[in-house]
Amino acid sequence: MSELEGKKGEIYELKAELNSDKRERKKEALKKVIASMTVGKDVSQLFPDVINCMQIDNLELKKLVYLYLMNYAKTQPEMAILAVNTFAKDCNDPNPLIRALAVRTMGCIRVDKITEHLCEPLRKCLKDEDPYVRKTAAVCVAKLFDINQQLVFDQGFLDMLKDLLSDSNPMVVANAVAALSEISEQSPQTKIFDLNGPTINKLLTALNECSEWGQVFILDAISNYSPKDDKDAQSICERVTPRLAHANSAVVLSSVKVLMKFLELLDQQSEFIQNLYRKLSPPLVTLLSAEPEIQYVALRNINLIVQKRSDILKNEMKVFFVKYNDPIYVKLEKLDIMIRLTNATNIAQVLAELKEYATEVDVDFVRKSVRAIGRCAIKVEQAAERCVSTLIDLIQTKVNYVVQEAIVVIKDIFRKYPNKYESIIATLCENLDSLDEPEARASMIWIVGEYAERIDNADELLEGFLDGFKDENTQVQLQLLTGIVKLFLKKPTETQELVTRVLTLVTQETDNPDLRDRGYIYWRLLSTDPKAAKEVVLAEKPLISEETDLLEPTLLDELICHIGSLASVYHKPPNTFVEGRFIMKKNLPLRSKSYGEQENNTGHTTMQTNQQPQQVVISSNVGSLIDDFDILGSMPMPSSNPMDTYEQSQNRTTSVVPNLLDDELSSILGLDSNLGGNQTPMMNTNTSLPINNRQTTSTGNELDDLFGDFNLQTGGSGISFSGNNVFVPPKEVWLSAAKGKGLEVSGTFARRSNQIVMEMDFTNKALQPMNDLALQINRNSFGLTPAQPLQVTSPLFPNQTVPTQLILNTTGPIMRMDPLTNLQVAIKNNIDIFYFNCIVPIHVYFAQDGEMDKMTFVQTWQEIPEGNEVKHQLQNLSNLSIDDLQNKLRLNNIHTITRTTIEQKEMLYQTIKLTNGIFILVELRITPGNRTISFSLKTKLERKFPAAQGAIRCVRYNIDGNYCLTSGSDRTIKLWKPDSSLAIKTYTGHSQEVLDVHSSFDNSRLCSGGVDKRVLYIDVMTGKIVKKYQAHAGIKDFYIFN
Amino acid sequence: MINSLFMINESGDTFMEKHWKAVLNKSICDYFYEAQKKCANPEDIPPIIRTPHHYLINIYRNHLYFVAVITQEIPPLFVIEFLHRMMDLFEDYFGTCTETSIKDNYVVVYELLDEMLDSGLPLATETNILKELIKPPNLLRKVTNLVTGDSTNYDNTFTNKKLSHIPWRPLGVTYRNNEAFFDIIEEVDAIIDQHGAIVMSEIQGYIDCCIKLTGMPDLTISFVNPRLLDDVSFHPCVRLKKWESEHVLSFVPPDGRFRLISYRVATQNPISMPIYVKHSIYFRESGSGRLDLTVGRKQQIDKAIENVTIECVMPKCVINCVLTPSHGKYTFDPVKKTLVWNVGKIESKPQTAAPLPTLRGNIVLATGQPLPESNPILTVNFKINQIVISGLRLQHVEIHGEDYKPFKGVKYITTVKNGRFQIRT
Repeated sequence: MSELEGKKGEIYELKAELNSDKRERKKEALKKVIASMTVGKDVSQLFPDVINCMQIDNLELKKLVYLYLMNYAKTQPEMAILAVNTFAKDCNDPNPLIRALAVRTMGCIRVDKITEHLCEPLRKCLKDEDPYVRKTAAVCVAKLFDINQQLVFDQGFLDMLKDLLSDSNPMVVANAVAALSEISEQSPQTKIFDLNGPTINKLLTALNECSEWGQVFILDAISNYSPKDDKDAQSICERVTPRLAHANSAVVLSSVKVLMKFLELLDQQSEFIQNLYRKLSPPLVTLLSAEPEIQYVALRNINLIVQKRSDILKNEMKVFFVKYNDPIYVKLEKLDIMIRLTNATNIAQVLAELKEYATEVDVDFVRKSVRAIGRCAIKVEQAAERCVSTLIDLIQTKVNYVVQEAIVVIKDIFRKYPNKYESIIATLCENLDSLDEPEARASMIWIVGEYAERIDNADELLEGFLDGFKDENTQVQLQLLTGIVKLFLKKPTETQELVTRVLTLVTQETDNPDLRDRGYIYWRLLSTDPKAAKEVVLAEKPLISEETDLLEPTLLDELICHIGSLASVYHKPPNTFVEGRFIMKKNLPLRSKSYGEQENNTGHTTMQTNQQPQQVVISSNVGSLIDDFDILGSMPMPSSNPMDTYEQSQNRTTSVVPNLLDDELSSILGLDSNLGGNQTPMMNTNTSLPINNRQTTSTGNELDDLFGDFNLQTGGSGISFSGNNVFVPPKEVWLSAAKGKGLEVSGTFARRSNQIVMEMDFTNKALQPMNDLALQINRNSFGLTPAQPLQVTSPLFPNQTVPTQLILNTTGPIMRMDPLTNLQVAIKNNIDIFYFNCIVPIHVYFAQDGEMDKMTFVQTWQEIPEGNEVKHQLQNLSNLSIDDLQNKLRLNNIHTITRTTIEQKEMLYQTIKLTNGIFILVELRITPGNRTISFSLKTKLERKFPAAQGAIRCVRYNIDGNYCLTSGSDRTIKLWKPDSSLAIKTYTGHSQEVLDVHSSFDNSRLCSGGVDKRVLYIDVMTGKIVKKYQAHAGIKDFYIFN
Repeated sequence: MINSLFMINESGDTFMEKHWKAVLNKSICDYFYEAQKKCANPEDIPPIIRTPHHYLINIYRNHLYFVAVITQEIPPLFVIEFLHRMMDLFEDYFGTCTETSIKDNYVVVYELLDEMLDSGLPLATETNILKELIKPPNLLRKVTNLVTGDSTNYDNTFTNKKLSHIPWRPLGVTYRNNEAFFDIIEEVDAIIDQHGAIVMSEIQGYIDCCIKLTGMPDLTISFVNPRLLDDVSFHPCVRLKKWESEHVLSFVPPDGRFRLISYRVATQNPISMPIYVKHSIYFRESGSGRLDLTVGRKQQIDKAIENVTIECVMPKCVINCVLTPSHGKYTFDPVKKTLVWNVGKIESKPQTAAPLPTLRGNIVLATGQPLPESNPILTVNFKINQIVISGLRLQHVEIHGEDYKPFKGVKYITTVKNGRFQIRT
């Protein structure tokens, strides 16, 4: 209580002092106010009193008041208005500092009413005679944009800002660049910051004279420019190179970015490049003697640079040696780079260092050092022996975590150099008891299993592990199972009992499906065909290589374009973590072939271009109609001019959302008229689908089918609409009885009374009743989640079908799916858990409240660039009047905003709002008499959806979760990078649908099984089929690696 | 750009915050505290912390953390550099940058922060400009303020001045005595293995200037051996073109103290170290150990080596050290397990018979604990005047644009960057 009073008293006292007549007392009081504000105390009650002090003509006092205003204006907007007059006066002050101060402060007060008054002074200040004022005003435009974008567009401030790019004062130019970059980052679609030759020239001139911070902005802007040709690129490089000697590390790294990017465009053999390489290395090394925080960022970037162009730092190994007092984050990064730079000539030195590190105190660092020794062995063959002996030395130290780590890496060395170092197995076995980490235990078991024939007591060792089987981690359990099976195949006579024990254990006493499945496979293999089992289990393993820990080239190239940014620190593409923003994807410029003598060097970049058309083809499954559009749009561009490709890829990225809609729209129209006209049961098309094809046709295709039907049968007339004529796609089989162990699920999605409803039929095709049905939905693009528990009468008797409806909310967690409308569902019953994918038709996401104000519509329509527009024609609408059409669409939550007639064509403007708040704008053009409707769809969203693959049969992540494998009914397997939605590789070889796919322990091989009764064993890197097995009698649904 | 700044002390209190855009709640720092908790050492906090909506970029210096909050993609080095610049500036303004000095000068700090960034974009960061706008507090001014009853931090005359077109140098500087001092300082950074072989070595050099010259002087510095400088970072005032073409430093200097260049000399053949340490440290099962250090000066350096200290962080199981130094003093901190031996000066021309400084004695180990796996690392500090180890020498300092003849002074110093000279034992 007393404290509160004390506080009150303090405020009261300050109030009195602020209103004092004496200027000195006022000033002291104001300082106290600011001091309290600085520590986070609330002094907002003093607002009126502080405002009163503003009138006084004293710069210091004024500044203090301004400081206060900036902090508190937001909370007291009404009071803040009182300050406007003083601001206006100050903006005309003869002193440039006061003018600048006023305009600066006004920009910081984020109150609408103040902003209105800001426009006039700002316009004046942008043209002020004093550069200090202009420079301040430039930043103010960015501030204003942050508060009210429309105002900035309307008042033409952007153009004024662009004019400042040619200002005579370099500081002004720099600030204009900074402001423009910030604006264009906030709304990339505005494309206000286009760079061309003359602008770049101006920027390069300003670069020499502006402040260090300005240089960073200018360099970053330059890095977004695409030079006309290699001469252009070279001259920019020449002008940027001196910046490498700047004392500010941010300037250095931004220069490195520009150079690394433009290097791509130059002749790789030229002397210029060699010179540039020489110049790039010292500044990078210098960054490592700066503060540890700077070192960290530098090291993360050097890591990228070394992967891209290892020559730059090849002679600088020593600077990456670790000091014992480096912060841990620096140590770990240095270690990583040391390994990247290791080669046959410096390996001795590196190894000596690593051994030294392995005796340090910090556990994390020691572990990583031990791993590093293993990586060296794998990378440099000549040194493998030395590495192994170093590791053995380390194992002798008996330090627990060192031993465990060493065993894990020795396993990798065995993988790389089989039958070479087995003599050390005895030493390893001595340490068996001290291993308590799953990874080390699993590695040890792998070694024992793999070399069972050379270890006399292998069965005893494995049996020892088996005793505590239930307490082990899954990784160890799986490995133990495989290990024992291997042992059995090698020494069948003595170990029969052991193998039976382990198989019984995993198949009967474990809950883990992976483990159980694997157990069953082995069991069946062993009991039916031991020879085949031997072939499969003891197959020669692929060698591992050091490439595994490199970034994949496309990602690396993208990251090189972002050197110095957060993306480069996290080694992830920028769009994955800057929220709410869609950053233009940057690619390294391509060196066009006309001046490319060195095919080799541009090899992989050209490959990239080649891949792009491929992607288009892939996207075909979204809907065949789109295909034509996309392919037409991008086919005739074989030349790899960097600009062209860039635009091209952008076109593609933008076009897909409307595409999805496209189909949906046409289907709604189509189906409805069909129902009215001919009453043809649409189910025909669907029921004829083979049962095994769960979602094999994506919505798009299916609806096209419907359309096809409709086309044949039009001609009827007189359509009447009943009340709830909402489009509902027919049910399709999601989970076949074969997959669902007797449970068949078919279903569809509909929008009923403004809710998304999942309508399902459960059929029991098994011989026993089922109960305890439950359903779960995985995270998905629109956050669909069940609003209620699944209601199915239980038990479900054999051959009984129960329809049910499940209302869904869109409030769940969101994760982007491929395709966007994909939904992963898990259904549980008393038998097992089943997983399947289904496609949610997009129209169920159309929200009721999707109407847009007419003005907003027009504005938004204009705002959206042409690139986002998709046009499409419908041939088959005949007998709907426009009013009917409108009604029909309204029922499906497609709202007509306005309707006009232009050149004898009826134009309908409509909006759709998705449940996640995205608006889609539609323009329908109907020519009377002619049975054609043209659509244009636009949306603000830009996003890239790589295509679906027919139906995605299964999705699996590899061991570390970095990659994701999908197999599909289009007879291919695809390797994805889930965080960047890049399709990395497509594997073919199956003649029919691919049911399942797995990757091996070290990610080097994958194994797939398909309807064609074949099991393929594929090398991940090359895509070659290593082995084929054609032996299975039935369809193999799973196949798991050993 | 930079949205907000929090200053946090080692015990985890946010004692100052500043927001350039919308006000952010202090609770954002919880992510920082979480990272802090995970780290054993205060300096181990990762510089960039990712939170769901923001990025926290922090630096650790002078036992303080400056944490910047950003929301947009921005070069992290930009922020880190800026934060360090801020620390530099506070050191310059208040002598030291500590929690106390910042708390004592809240208003000045706040004004400075506001002047340095405008809506998160750097506005003025040059000390000279800022000092013109906001006067640093000093004793003299406090006294005069008391006498005259004026207590403004602002220079009232400045409102009439025009800002200089060179951002780093103010207009109208006058001195009665025109002086220019150049300190060439080189710091040795090296790792030496247990047999005395150099694992890695490099030299980090600086030229720090103190320029008190009237008007707008234009200086040119040439070197006897400019070839040594192939990896240099320059103060923004240095004309890069001129350096590229003629290998001279040509610049209009800022007023007062500043770092003109910093450079790195990494010779392919390792440099010869001026100092060596003979060591023998071992631990025995019986719960004791021996330590024997001898430090000496290499022959080729004929200057005295001053301020020699040897530091050693002992393994955890060491309880105490009982040692006898022949020169200087030693201390052992049983909590941090740090042994520090202040050797003092090693003379340039030792009497022939004079023994080298040694430190010998026993180490007491905790009983029942396993022996340490490795020997501790020694870090050595020293200072040599009148010589730089790379051999860099100034040739001329010329002044153009002004008529007076200034006093010019050059000082050479070789030293060790704190803790960067390490000897493995």
